[in-house]
Amino acid sequence: MAVGKEIKEQISSVQSTQKITSAMEKVAVSKMRRAQLRMQQSRPYADKIRSVIGHLANATSEYRHRYLQDRDVKRVGYIVVSSDRGLCGGLNNNMFKRLAQQTKEWEEKGVEVDFAAIGSKAGLFFSSFGGNVVASQSHLGDAPELQSLIGAVKVMLDAFDDGKIDRLFIIHNRFVNTMTQSPETVQLLPLKAQEDESLKHHWDYIYEPDAKDILEGLLVRYVESQVYQGVVENNACEQAARMLAMKNATDNAGGMINELNLLYNKARQAAITQEISEIVGGAAAV
Amino acid sequence: MAMTVHCDIVSAEENLFSGLVERIIASGELGDLGVEPGHAALLSPLKPGPVRIVKQGGEEEVIYVSGGYLEVQPNSVTVLADTASRADDLDEAAALEAKRHAEQAMENQGADFDYSRALTQLAEAAAQLRTIQQIREKLGKH
Repeated sequence: MAVGKEIKEQISSVQSTQKITSAMEKVAVSKMRRAQLRMQQSRPYADKIRSVIGHLANATSEYRHRYLQDRDVKRVGYIVVSSDRGLCGGLNNNMFKRLAQQTKEWEEKGVEVDFAAIGSKAGLFFSSFGGNVVASQSHLGDAPELQSLIGAVKVMLDAFDDGKIDRLFIIHNRFVNTMTQSPETVQLLPLKAQEDESLKHHWDYIYEPDAKDILEGLLVRYVESQVYQGVVENNACEQAARMLAMKNATDNAGGMINELNLLYNKARQAAITQEISEIVGGAAAV
Repeated sequence: MAMTVHCDIVSAEENLFSGLVERIIASGELGDLGVEPGHAALLSPLKPGPVRIVKQGGEEEVIYVSGGYLEVQPNSVTVLADTASRADDLDEAAALEAKRHAEQAMENQGADFDYSRALTQLAEAAAQLRTIQQIREKLGKH
């Protein structure tokens, strides 16, 4: 029938979009589970390192490592963790908004800000936002490896060592639950001192070969593992946000199809009625 | 039954081993180390190499680590394993690579054309135009 042809076409195009969005939703669900698992698996490493560092910092009190010392803030560094792909709702934009706000606050205090962009969305953001991007890393995939983050982290750590930046932050999305993700900023350097039970310890490790070297290596690994955790967590957030966005899109497409069907049926009905009345009218004329 | 000690082998990416062991043999920076239950607290970097563990009951397992740290406490042993092979020059190369990426991204803004951004900007511009036209019509009427 000629009447409903356009509507029919529209319906089928919405239907194929719906198929894509519902497939993406399902993919995101399974990817999210794996990302959550990775998130949990990386936690013991960071916890363990943190407790060893806490002990070391207290045991070697005559030597304060530069990563543990607070200094005047003239310039700060941000490691910005974003997703590589879009179609995940307002996830990245919410974080960038928070980042822009914090950058403004620093600049009002006369503090300059350096950025390390992780994920291609962060790269795109900085190309319009401006800002001094000193390192960038993207296309980490669904199973990010620590190895691919070492470079970007090292650029920031070197800047801290040389006194170019005085504080290092990481901003990423925190996975609250599948429905909620919120951007979060964490200070990586200098490490905030922990006042905990480790002060009470009366024993010390036997160091092979040297406490300073071990502390140095552990601190670098600690920062790296924090960044890695941020990336993995952000990945879980991305999948959760995409799942939600795609679910909404699928629902909306369903609603649209219903409306279009109604429209189509009405048009068809009208056409039939018109045809009948034409026939009846014709018969009466004969 | 032999004495055992709890052992965790963790890396930043995953938990490699967790359980009771009778003995751990790892290659420390200053030579191979054998750790048995009740060992004094010790902290040592590890060289890349195998970590051999003798599990409760005598079964052996070998886990390869590409460096890391060994922490021993009287009732627990932890291996903080590196997943990546680490060396200063390798790290340096990675850092340079990350810097280069950043510079490239800043330079190649034109080449890597961002369609989604361009589309939103186009839509914004069109909306502004419409608004201006509406305002003009309004003003014209009065």
